Amino acid sequence: MTELLYGIAVAPFKDMAGSPAFFAEVLIGGVFAGLMYSLVALGFVLIFKASGVFNFAQGAMVLFAALTLVGLIERGVPVALALVLTTAVMVALAWVIERVVLRPLVNQEHIILFMATIGLTFFLEGFGEMVWGANVKKLDIGIPDRSFIVAGIQINQLELSAAVTSAVLVAVLAVFFQRTRIGRALRAVADDHEAALSIGIPLKTIWMIVWSVAGIVAIVAGIMWGAKSGVQFSLSLIALKSLPVLILGGFTSVPGAIVGGLIIGVGEKMGEVYWGPLVGGAIENWFAYVLALAFLLVRPQGLFGEKIIERV
Amino acid sequence: MIYREAGQFKTSYASDQAIFPIPQDRWFVVFAAVAAFVIPPLAANEYWLQAVLIPFLIYSLAAIGLNLLTGYAGQLSLGTGGFMAVGAYAAFKLTTTLPQLNIIVVFLLSGLIAAGVGLVFGIPSLRIKGFYLAVATLAAQFFLLWLFNKVPWFVNYASSGTITAPNRSVLGAIVTGPNATASMRYVTALALVVVGALVAKNLVRGRVGRSWMAIRDRDIAAEIIGVRPLRTKLLAFGISSFYCGVAGAELVFLYFGSAETLAFDITLSFLVLFMVIIGGLGSILGSFLGAAFIVLVPIFLTNAPQAMGLSLPVALQKQFELMVFGGLIIFFLIVEPHGLARLWQITKEKLRLWPFPH
Repeated sequence: MTELLYGIAVAPFKDMAGSPAFFAEVLIGGVFAGLMYSLVALGFVLIFKASGVFNFAQGAMVLFAALTLVGLIERGVPVALALVLTTAVMVALAWVIERVVLRPLVNQEHIILFMATIGLTFFLEGFGEMVWGANVKKLDIGIPDRSFIVAGIQINQLELSAAVTSAVLVAVLAVFFQRTRIGRALRAVADDHEAALSIGIPLKTIWMIVWSVAGIVAIVAGIMWGAKSGVQFSLSLIALKSLPVLILGGFTSVPGAIVGGLIIGVGEKMGEVYWGPLVGGAIENWFAYVLALAFLLVRPQGLFGEKIIERV
Repeated sequence: MIYREAGQFKTSYASDQAIFPIPQDRWFVVFAAVAAFVIPPLAANEYWLQAVLIPFLIYSLAAIGLNLLTGYAGQLSLGTGGFMAVGAYAAFKLTTTLPQLNIIVVFLLSGLIAAGVGLVFGIPSLRIKGFYLAVATLAAQFFLLWLFNKVPWFVNYASSGTITAPNRSVLGAIVTGPNATASMRYVTALALVVVGALVAKNLVRGRVGRSWMAIRDRDIAAEIIGVRPLRTKLLAFGISSFYCGVAGAELVFLYFGSAETLAFDITLSFLVLFMVIIGGLGSILGSFLGAAFIVLVPIFLTNAPQAMGLSLPVALQKQFELMVFGGLIIFFLIVEPHGLARLWQITKEKLRLWPFPH
């Protein structure tokens, strides 16, 4: 018993203090992994904010975007053109989803819309693999999966570029939301559907734009994840990995998605490296959820979520 | 013409509050139950029993369980697979350590154990609501499966990591394990689901069910009129997990024969949730209809191309199935968001007037 307590409360910290370089590596690895989760969570947040739809299909959209991009590159399309075409495909997808799925389900309960997006997940997974094939594909975007050493700490070049990309993406989104006309309309819709409608904001167009933006975020996430672990079916499962990030940060907050991602990423890596061996490892499947759950018990709306005000 | 209640007068409260107040309904249900016990074991072949009817019954039970929680008490849960796994592993441990225990008792006990686990994972529901809760219940799903994978005690230190249903008999007839006939397993599953549905139907029209619905419709208002949220929500989690646990045990003992944790992964949770939503939230009948739909559609999709004379490559077939399945779900949600049970209700309304237009 004392051994166990020692293993939980003392030994991990001793390890951390014992080799600070390794600790820093774990920390940085966690930060990078967290940013990758944030990229996926960001797509969720955008759609939830603007339409109140909990879009489970975000993971499938990531897979679909990556499959399309790789498929085009494999067929000899230049990378730049392939990117443009993939963006066009994702915008078209957003249009179709708005027309076929969302519009007929307007005003339905949230759970119905949620189920519809799960149906969409199945559809996209099947459709993507039918068109582009199911075998694992390598996505080469010209950044080598190499590590270099700064101050005795290994840093993976690919992960670093992923981190920079997500930082840039978040900055662009922030400017888009805060400074442009469409961004203002988006925020208005997120705030109150009916009020936005009544001052003449076209709700349907806005939804299409939001789903397109989420599609573009999915492309970025797809590129990053695809470069890291190959474009394959399991890519759509990262949606499940980014859900704890989402509840931790709050469904409605873009900064929440980033901070939540960082906390989950670091927590998961730390837990796996320092506490994982105690219970036989492979805890990363559920550790993030438990971590998020612990936060939720204190703040039921997530770290940055809108305060839930309830009236009778 | 046939389905007409004109002239049926209720002369006592008891007859007014019967489960099926209309005699036609009552006779239909009794007739259907008797037919279900008699006809398939005599008439259906091995394939129909094994591939369609047994999974249909087991999934119905699980769907009833989830419907109590999500449809009646309004607590969205994605942890169904985890709770079913608890039932399955508990049943395996119980029946291997106490082989003389009647297998039906084992099923019920493992349901109780699942209920206990459900209670623990239901505690966050007091503070967390809606989709936040749904994601929180995923913690149960992943943690429980990880636990069963990691701790070899749960599988009796079998190196394969699978649990296998041993031969067990009830009243002299073998109902589980490799020597049990499909009809025996079918009848066992049917008996359990009939009892389960009857109990559930009674629960939801009584005090408990009403307090669940009050919590679902507006929890603060419910609290003000004296429904205790703590007890009500936890009760919903417990009873729902009981049903799911029994269904999980049946899944291994009556259907798969042997299974590992993969059989209970998140896909199963979604599948049961689909059944509940497509069947109809807040409807016991809907749970059956939804389960039938979800069991039958993949079988139909697998056989349809062959029946039409097409032979697709296996991989393409699989992707095609996924696509059509996803598309069908969206289609059904658009056509009738309140589920198949609502369609049935509309049919009944029409039947009342038939053959007259008004």
